[in-house]
Amino acid sequence: MRQAGGAAFGICASGVQEMPEINRPLSPHLSVYKWQVANTLSILHRATGVFLTLGALALVTWIVSAAIGPDSYAGVQAVLAGPLGLLVLFGFSFAFFYHLGNGIRHLFWDAGYGFDKHVARMSGWFTFIAAVLVTLAFWLGVAV
Amino acid sequence: MSLQTPLGKFLGLGSAKEGTHHWWSQRVTAVALVPLTLWFVAALLGMDGYTHAAVVAWMAQPLNSILLILLVVVMLHHSQLGLQVVVEDYVHAGGLKVLILMLSRFAHVAAGVAAVYSIVVLSVRIAN
Repeated sequence: MRQAGGAAFGICASGVQEMPEINRPLSPHLSVYKWQVANTLSILHRATGVFLTLGALALVTWIVSAAIGPDSYAGVQAVLAGPLGLLVLFGFSFAFFYHLGNGIRHLFWDAGYGFDKHVARMSGWFTFIAAVLVTLAFWLGVAV
Repeated sequence: MSLQTPLGKFLGLGSAKEGTHHWWSQRVTAVALVPLTLWFVAALLGMDGYTHAAVVAWMAQPLNSILLILLVVVMLHHSQLGLQVVVEDYVHAGGLKVLILMLSRFAHVAAGVAAVYSIVVLSVRIAN
């Protein structure tokens, strides 16, 4: 890798400084980090957040169809209650409970608590396992 | 030595003239969403089946209408803020980034207006 320093900048004929084409190292240097719980859960927080955007749109579709009338509501409900619909709803529910729990974890961090390495790891595992259990409990509640 | 002007220091804003507004809005909406979403989950569990009649009767109750409108509006706002950060982080092509951010905003606002309009119309229809 070439050094990215002041000497690398050339002065072209017109006297205007031009940017040389240098293969600069990009930050963050993802490859040097060890894969662990903290970064997995952080990525999962973003992924569930993006996925839940679709969940919000599904909720809006559900509400709008109910307002339009029984026929359009039945159409939406048929899709949601189908095998693929239920799978997606299950995904939304887990994404929601995880994003909720981890979001609260983030709020604690924002307030300055829970930064200790062991505490952060523990709260991470707790949040993930709680999200799985609450998701299962929710669907049991729906079924009963 | 700081290169900030006295005015810049006083306003506490960065070069984008925005400061922490975006970050703070995301936190405020997150805090509001905790009770709102938990209320909605409880409501889903308490609902007497998910037939059109049951859902409409539930939605048309004043307290439910108000809380549902709050939920949808705050949720879409939070969603828009979050998606914006993700796009800004990963989409680097200038034109494409602006296009996606605009479409995301349009979609979120349109969804919010559609949901609020639907809930209001539904409630008024049931009340009359």
